[in-house]
Amino acid sequence: MDCYTANWNPLGDSAFYRKYELYSMDWDLKEELRDCLVAAAPYGGPIALLRNPWRKEKAASVRPVLDIYSASGMPLASLLWKSGPVVSLGWSAEEELLCVQEDGAVLVYGLHGDFRRHFSMGNEVLQNRVLDARIFHTEFGSGVAILTGAHRFTLSANVGDLKLRRMPEVPGNQVVPTDVPLKQKRWALDRVAHILLAVGPDLYLLDHAACSAVTPPGLAPGVSSFLQMAVSFTYRHLALFTDTGYIWMGTASLKEKLCEFNCNIRAPPKQMVWCSRPRSKERAVVVAWERRLMVVGDAPESIQYPWRLRFVLDEDSYLVPELDGVRIFSRSTHEFLHEVPAASEEIFKIASMAPGALLLEAQKEYEKESQKADEYLREIQELGQLTQAVQQCIEAAGHEHQPDMQKSLLRAASFGKCFLDRFPPDSFVHMCQDLRVLNAVRDYHIGIPLTYRKYRYKQLTIQVLLDRLVLRRLYPLAIQICEYLRLPEVQGVSRILAHWACYKVQQKDVSDEDVARAINQKLGDTPGVSYSDIAARAYGCGRTELAIKLLEYEPRSGEQVPLLLKMKRSKLALSKAIESGDTDLVFTVLLHLKNELNRGDFFMTLRNQPMALSLYRQFCKHQELETLKDLYNQDDNHQELGSFHIRASYAAEERIEGRVAALQTAADAFYKAKNEFAAKATEDQMRLLRLQRRLEDELGGQFLDLSLHDTVTTLILGGHNKRAEQLARDFRIPDKRLWWLKLTALADLEDWEELEKFSKSKKSPIGYLPFVEICMKQHNKYEAKKYASRVGPEQKVKALLLVGDVAQAADVAIEHRNEAELSLVLSHCTGATDGATADKIQRARAQAQKK
Amino acid sequence: MAFPHRPDAPELPDFSMLKRLARDQLIYLLEQLPGKKDLFIEADLMSPLDRIANVSILKQHEVDKLYKVENKPALSSNEQLCFLVRPRIKNMRYIANVSCDEWAFSLLPLDVDLLSMELPEFFRDYFLEGDQRWINTVAQALHLLSTLYGPFPNCYGIGRCAKMAYELWRNLEEEEDGETKGRRPEIGHIFLLDRDVDFVTALCSQVVYEGLVDDTFRIKCGSVDFGPEVTSSDKSLKVLLNAEDKVFNEIRNEHFSNVFGFLSQKARNLQAQYDRRRGMDIKQMKNFVSQELKGLKQEHRLLSLHIGACESIMKKKTKQDFQELIKTEHALLEGFNIRESTSYIEEHIDRQVSPIESLRLMCLLSITENGLIPKDYRSLKTQYLQSYGPEHLLTFSNLRRAGLLTEQAPGDTLTAVESKVSKLVTDKAAGKITDAFSSLAKRSNFRAISKKLNLIPRVDGEYDLKVPRDMAYVFSGAYVPLSCRIIEQVLERRSWQGLDEVVRLLNCSDFAFTDMTKEDKASSESLRLILVVFLGGCTFSEISALRFLGREKGHRFIFLTTAVTNSARLMEAMSEVKA
Repeated sequence: MDCYTANWNPLGDSAFYRKYELYSMDWDLKEELRDCLVAAAPYGGPIALLRNPWRKEKAASVRPVLDIYSASGMPLASLLWKSGPVVSLGWSAEEELLCVQEDGAVLVYGLHGDFRRHFSMGNEVLQNRVLDARIFHTEFGSGVAILTGAHRFTLSANVGDLKLRRMPEVPGNQVVPTDVPLKQKRWALDRVAHILLAVGPDLYLLDHAACSAVTPPGLAPGVSSFLQMAVSFTYRHLALFTDTGYIWMGTASLKEKLCEFNCNIRAPPKQMVWCSRPRSKERAVVVAWERRLMVVGDAPESIQYPWRLRFVLDEDSYLVPELDGVRIFSRSTHEFLHEVPAASEEIFKIASMAPGALLLEAQKEYEKESQKADEYLREIQELGQLTQAVQQCIEAAGHEHQPDMQKSLLRAASFGKCFLDRFPPDSFVHMCQDLRVLNAVRDYHIGIPLTYRKYRYKQLTIQVLLDRLVLRRLYPLAIQICEYLRLPEVQGVSRILAHWACYKVQQKDVSDEDVARAINQKLGDTPGVSYSDIAARAYGCGRTELAIKLLEYEPRSGEQVPLLLKMKRSKLALSKAIESGDTDLVFTVLLHLKNELNRGDFFMTLRNQPMALSLYRQFCKHQELETLKDLYNQDDNHQELGSFHIRASYAAEERIEGRVAALQTAADAFYKAKNEFAAKATEDQMRLLRLQRRLEDELGGQFLDLSLHDTVTTLILGGHNKRAEQLARDFRIPDKRLWWLKLTALADLEDWEELEKFSKSKKSPIGYLPFVEICMKQHNKYEAKKYASRVGPEQKVKALLLVGDVAQAADVAIEHRNEAELSLVLSHCTGATDGATADKIQRARAQAQKK
Repeated sequence: MAFPHRPDAPELPDFSMLKRLARDQLIYLLEQLPGKKDLFIEADLMSPLDRIANVSILKQHEVDKLYKVENKPALSSNEQLCFLVRPRIKNMRYIANVSCDEWAFSLLPLDVDLLSMELPEFFRDYFLEGDQRWINTVAQALHLLSTLYGPFPNCYGIGRCAKMAYELWRNLEEEEDGETKGRRPEIGHIFLLDRDVDFVTALCSQVVYEGLVDDTFRIKCGSVDFGPEVTSSDKSLKVLLNAEDKVFNEIRNEHFSNVFGFLSQKARNLQAQYDRRRGMDIKQMKNFVSQELKGLKQEHRLLSLHIGACESIMKKKTKQDFQELIKTEHALLEGFNIRESTSYIEEHIDRQVSPIESLRLMCLLSITENGLIPKDYRSLKTQYLQSYGPEHLLTFSNLRRAGLLTEQAPGDTLTAVESKVSKLVTDKAAGKITDAFSSLAKRSNFRAISKKLNLIPRVDGEYDLKVPRDMAYVFSGAYVPLSCRIIEQVLERRSWQGLDEVVRLLNCSDFAFTDMTKEDKASSESLRLILVVFLGGCTFSEISALRFLGREKGHRFIFLTTAVTNSARLMEAMSEVKA
């Protein structure tokens, strides 16, 4: 184990850095990296190389080639570049390759070189050309920033939702000399997409609104220009490299200096990136020149004497900053440089007595069947550090790249666990699972060199990892991982199968039947799979027939509708929408159909779909009354037509002639519907309307739209008794109603004389009790009493009680020997006044019972 | 007085979760529009919204001003307008160029045992216009309930709409398989019922307190506006009526004749509690003021409100007219003195007592008598048109279509048509049968059903309304609500077995269903919880009756309705009023 730390290099007193090989690359590069535009995606993502860029080639006769490789150098795609000159390449967070052209167009490609879409960074760029471009990542997504020939910056913070923002002008304009080689990128972006720009010895910060000059605190004097800038992966820190070979390191806010260092190399570095680990106090910058690599750190104890590490580069190399280190790849190798994590340091540091180190040793001795195992173990236990030891071993295993070393650490942890009573198993189990997954994707053939930290710490979830595998079309591995981790089907296997199916439908050489069958066989009724999504993809590839076949597998009829509409299968869409029971969908389809079909066909279609028909009727009632009429006409629905015209006579027509005409049409319709009652009633209404109109003309006042009853009442109240009676005769108002009506009206007028005359005109068809009631309602007891005497014997008691003559009521009731009447009177007896009456009734009752 | 629940009665699930859910979603939607905005709310969503999120919550999420949506272009100075409307064509005409988000608010818990979808138009849309667009909403609401409170092991239902809603709901559950799987059911039974299975109950005058308050003052979204005549001041007062109002909770299910006595007893008790303070020393007094006084005052306030409401109701209802009215209703339900009742209705119309009331009586007569005889059908309608205006010709057309007011058809020919119709109905693709057929299909067989189900209790002596013996107490002992009786019978049998004849008489042979899943996980407690879903609205009388049944059997009923309804609301929904 002595040699294990051979690749560890101390930086200062407190930290070690190590560099180990991830892959040996056999990607067979024909050109030097330095002659290519290079873009490598973070999180162990793919590498894109655009060879033969235009700036090298004087004559653009040879078309350049765009190659995409996995991180292990496996070719993923290679295509001839047929578009314009490219300024910069970069990967989005979704692993899409963004190629920024000189004319401001951005072409987006998939991992496999499939063209996705393109967009432009604005018209202004067309003339000025793009000098430089940068792809950056913020919380909103992946953005693009460009620097134009007019020395203006334009950026979009999220290419998924393109909103271009032009940054303010830099004072003094023309300050970025165009002759400076573009490689010396002297601008950087921070977390909120502000741009830091170096112009000669000055620094400017550009935000949305303004451009302000800034000065890093504690910057050494004598700087005449900045050669390189680097912002850390998390956008927290900034490093500046000046023409004096001086490096300033501080916070990105430019509020605090962390340290400075003079490397005495004045040559501009090729690349400078931060190399730090989350939650570590160590901060270091890696600077690369043609053949030299330097790690410059700020060791907290000795700020004045920062430390550095030197490496020699054998080949042309390229740095990729990662969350917890730096990847370095060249023609032949792909390496990872990072700070040794604490747990590993504890265990492997030479002569370490940390509990983890002892446990690892103990386990080794145990395997050798040596008693030393016991000694080591006791030593840990005596210090009470066994739990800590196990934790250390588990954690350290996560940071190891080699499965052998992972295994021996886990074995040690497992060994230590045996001697602990209650050690929660989760961390061990999860580590084993995670490492299996990580080792699988790190495999040379897969080529995703993720570190444990990147995978585990919020940065990349298992879902994202699965997405990445799906992007690489590694469906079987993704499914195996889902099954291994026992992910719920909807999140795991189903999703991947759905992606597979979407890929499958793009295989043009397979017949529709075969594709549909293959997909259904694999997917079956897997929950969470949307056949309509797959069908939509098939339709997108121009395979309508396949799409229809796939839709048949979709169990949710509602989901089929939008695509069916898109494919112009509207009638099918209508029945599916109805099946789904979702009326919004039915409406959507109906409006489609209405525009698509001629009126006759449309109505015919509706006829066969009663539910759609009733919905459409509702729609017409509010939007298209005329259409509603046509619908009824077509169905010979005269009853509804009649109602339609009646409604029109109230709502649509204002003039009396128009209203009468509408009513006439309605009456005709009712006759056709054999609804004579309605027809007659309508005709009566026409008569009444005309008459009311005449009354208004002759008598003034308001008659229109009163009911017949109210019309007569109004006439009586106005003193037009003759007219009223004429009307009653004309419209054959029944006697009973007329009596009620007159009685009420006359009482309202308090015309007691006329009322009495009326009561005597003939025998009342409604009896005389109503007279009593209504007089009492008008509080005229005197009049009421008059009528009470005329009330027939059956209602006499009621009448007497109404006028308040309890005693007489009692007499009548006793006379009638009616039990119900007796109780009624009794209930009206109140207090002392009616005491005698009450007694009388009680006596009568008693007598009745005796008999 | 107010009957306590049996000690083994199950606990109700917590439905306030629904309110929180709706509120959170609304807030989420509001936050999708950052910055100040004006909120336009449809009139009939105002009360529900108020129950879910009050103004201060809205203001917190940068709602500047609140407007009512009117059918005219919206005027506002704000740049962002947010509209909260039901999806109706007539609204959307005025709201153009908008992006839409759905506020999936469907269930408003009005009380601990009452959930309302606040969709009063469901009744007209479905039962008159044949518009099925809300059925999906019902299915989604049921789906929401099953995701929150576990699956329902036992499902029963009757009615075409009930069946459709049930099937849609099942489809939703299947689509999102796994979500409810393995959950313990909290509610053991669900019963879906179409309003048109029992129109009679909904058409009767209500005499239990809560129903009477609804009939008299109109309870809106769980609260009522008591006018000056009740509050005995010059102000109106908006009062929430639910189980939290302790006074109300004790009288809500009582027959009105008991309420006044109860309230005066309560007043005396309250006075006695106030009086206790006379003999108190300072410490006791301090205690009294800090702990009891507030509660007493609160109770005092509520008590005086309900006494005021009672007085107001008495003034309106205890007159001769009301007694006569109730007498006529009972005669109609029992089926005697039909001629007399018909004349009563005629007089009612002639005197222009109230258009809605007259209509209600006509419908009640029609349904209980299986349609009016042709002569009455014509003459009553003629009288009605003369009294209340000719535009009601349309109202009659509506009532006929809904099966509420029909003409008796000669007996024999009908059965043939009927069987044809039911064949049509079974055909799923046929969807909605034509209007002409449907009005025939909705023939009422009330009399026969009433006999089969024993809806008119035999009365030996006085029916003691203080100690009810069956659900008939909600109608003064004269009639057991049909809807509630059906529910009782089915729950007793755990199926429709033995009720074939009733189902046939209800014309629901194809729409009565049961679905039991073998659910061992259902606890005995959950099996005593029953969710009753009324499609088209339910009345407070029905709620009271089932609450009574629950107490008798040691069950608890939970009610889900498209809206709380009563006879007036049903009639208004059918009425055509001049624009």
